[in-house]
Amino acid sequence: MADHQAQQHHPLSVYFWVWGWLFILSIASYMVDILGFESYLKWSLIVTFMLVKAGLIMAVFMHMVWERLSLTAIILTPPAVLLVAVAIFALESDHIASSRIQYFLMG
Amino acid sequence: MTDSITAEPSVKTGMKGMVDDWSSDQRAFKTATWDKSMMWLFLLSDIFIFGIFLVAYMAARMAAVEPWPDTSSVFAMHMFGKDVPLLLIAIMTFILISSSGTMALAVKFGYERNRKVTAILLIVTALLGASFVGMQAFEWTKLIHEGVRPWGNPFGAAQFGATFFMITGFHGTHVTIGVIFLVITAFKVLRGDLEHRRPGFLTGRRGRYDMVEVVGLYWHFVDLVWVFIFAFFYLW
Repeated sequence: MADHQAQQHHPLSVYFWVWGWLFILSIASYMVDILGFESYLKWSLIVTFMLVKAGLIMAVFMHMVWERLSLTAIILTPPAVLLVAVAIFALESDHIASSRIQYFLMG
Repeated sequence: MTDSITAEPSVKTGMKGMVDDWSSDQRAFKTATWDKSMMWLFLLSDIFIFGIFLVAYMAARMAAVEPWPDTSSVFAMHMFGKDVPLLLIAIMTFILISSSGTMALAVKFGYERNRKVTAILLIVTALLGASFVGMQAFEWTKLIHEGVRPWGNPFGAAQFGATFFMITGFHGTHVTIGVIFLVITAFKVLRGDLEHRRPGFLTGRRGRYDMVEVVGLYWHFVDLVWVFIFAFFYLW
């Protein structure tokens, strides 16, 4: 039964290419720390390198680009909800931090 | 269970294909085996586990009044007469990426029915994973000796310890489980269980090379999670 199904067959060069880029991007994000970049420059670089690395691993190593949209959609859409959680908790903890400063540090 | 993908009429691609796949009484994931679909759904749930951990970390760190410990120096290693920031973490990152590479190759050689190379690559992946766990154990020991506890630490905000042990502990557990499954799969490959489609010990399912890909999905996911931990916890 498995033999009828589309198996993941891709040239070696694709894997080595991704492998190489993962190394380069990891070195790059490590350099952000070594070079002591600060604030928005640091954060945007870290997030960019992180997303590209995650994308490469998911797309090629986990064969997501070669899967049908049904599978890709069901896996990638739900985690978007996490962004809502990030927004809610960012508001909440901002409020907690200002309350703590107001009542415990300045009070 | 018979897979009748060849018997299905015209199979469309893209958006139209997705709507078709979901809108009729049929199998939704046409090209993915049952094992692979289920592994992906498990990984989806795992995404939420680690997602919530990282959100909790964000919330704790934003609400902390004391300054957050400087991870760059907390995780520095004293080498060559000076402190190299994040050295061990960088090595661990490269080890995990390397193991992801060998895993991807193992899947490829598995589908090519190359038993020996597949088994060797799986063992190499497992060894890299085991060394990662070893370094993490070293890291934990070092931090505990320096006085880091879940309820406090000498470097700054008390929430640091709880977040660190929770997130890296859960990730390390995932790596450990992955290593165990990699070793089991390597033995199965080497013994020819997948090639001769012998039923397994635990479930009785017949062996096939898709199993290597499914273990691979789990392993790549562990690497994927580390990418996010490395960015948000260690570099931020």
